[in-house]
Amino acid sequence: MEHAAVPAWALLAYLVSGVFFILALRGLSSPVSSRRGNRFGMAGMLIAVVTTLVTHVPMIQGDNFNSYHGPDFGAIAWVLGAIGLGAVIGLTTARKIAMTDMPQLVAAFHSLVGLAAVLVAAAAFLNPASFGILATPEEFMDPTEFAKLGLINPVSRIEMGLGVAIGAITFSGSVIAFLKLAGKMSGAPILLPMRHVINLGTLAAILGLTAYFVVDQSPWIFWTITALSFIIGFLLIIPIGGADMPVVVSMLNSYSGWAAAAMGFTLHNSAMIITGALVGSSGAILSYIMCKAMNRSFISVIAGGFGADSG
Amino acid sequence: MDFISILSIFVMACFVGYYVVWSVTPALHTPLMAVTNAISSVIIVGALIAAAASGAPGAKWLGLLGVVLASINIFGGFAVTERMLAMYKKKDK
Repeated sequence: MEHAAVPAWALLAYLVSGVFFILALRGLSSPVSSRRGNRFGMAGMLIAVVTTLVTHVPMIQGDNFNSYHGPDFGAIAWVLGAIGLGAVIGLTTARKIAMTDMPQLVAAFHSLVGLAAVLVAAAAFLNPASFGILATPEEFMDPTEFAKLGLINPVSRIEMGLGVAIGAITFSGSVIAFLKLAGKMSGAPILLPMRHVINLGTLAAILGLTAYFVVDQSPWIFWTITALSFIIGFLLIIPIGGADMPVVVSMLNSYSGWAAAAMGFTLHNSAMIITGALVGSSGAILSYIMCKAMNRSFISVIAGGFGADSG
Repeated sequence: MDFISILSIFVMACFVGYYVVWSVTPALHTPLMAVTNAISSVIIVGALIAAAASGAPGAKWLGLLGVVLASINIFGGFAVTERMLAMYKKKDK
């Protein structure tokens, strides 16, 4: 099955929102243009959300897959309600939080993006047909193989596996960063014995399973990738001292961008790809710049634990 | 869109992201991080698609939960950035 065709105007709108996000990042680089930059960001997000709402109106499904009985107003209300609920929680939190608690708030927000990426990947895995990522029959020599309904396009499986892995790492890593910054967990680095071996082993297992996912679409593989990624996110951040946390938060920010981009590949959605790549690469550069400013070695902060003297 | 087109978009966007933030002033590191975080909630697009999909109700609920989480991040992220920038402005005067 092909990916559902996105109308040309929607692609243009996604392009405009991508340009606005570039202007936002650029604007935030200088004090003079910073507030205008933030407004550009809001406008870009508004365009992306409205475009998606309009092109993906929930429909009441008819007797077969491509027939519909008009818009599903109940589902639309749920979606708008979900946005509204998020808006209330987000705005109240942002207003109430003390200025000194900003770093941990940003870390907490990152964990939400990571978890959202995991949820989107899981939704795509459970309902591949409506995402248009089912394999076409001619891609399989064996018709009985295809008869096992719901076979996901192998390329989409890799993208999905990577998306869920990066999302889960972002989530658990951000939770640890939040706990350390908020003082709910000791800022001192926790150094497990053999941690490099454990970390490399877990990473290798995630990559291996993602590769194996291409030939076998069993649910256990998907969920094991997810679980292992939650664990590695945790393992990667606990050895890092509190003083290096700002860099870690920025690095996790970059991961959340890559997760969005990977899901954009799965859904063939240009808004998510453009924006995810922007956030991913600019976040990585920002972490590097922050390391330079604090006179830390970028590699040792990322590899974890070496620069932990002032935790 | 075929894979090569989306890969091209992806690679170009990576380069833009790479070059756009190099000149950031140190005082703006945290606000820039906050706005980048807000922008990364573009994942809401995927969550909205999941929430609107017909079939598999479980997947739809996951999508809705994703919409809530991403929405918290959008509104909270931009509002927090706005607050930080307002503070810098006062300091400048």
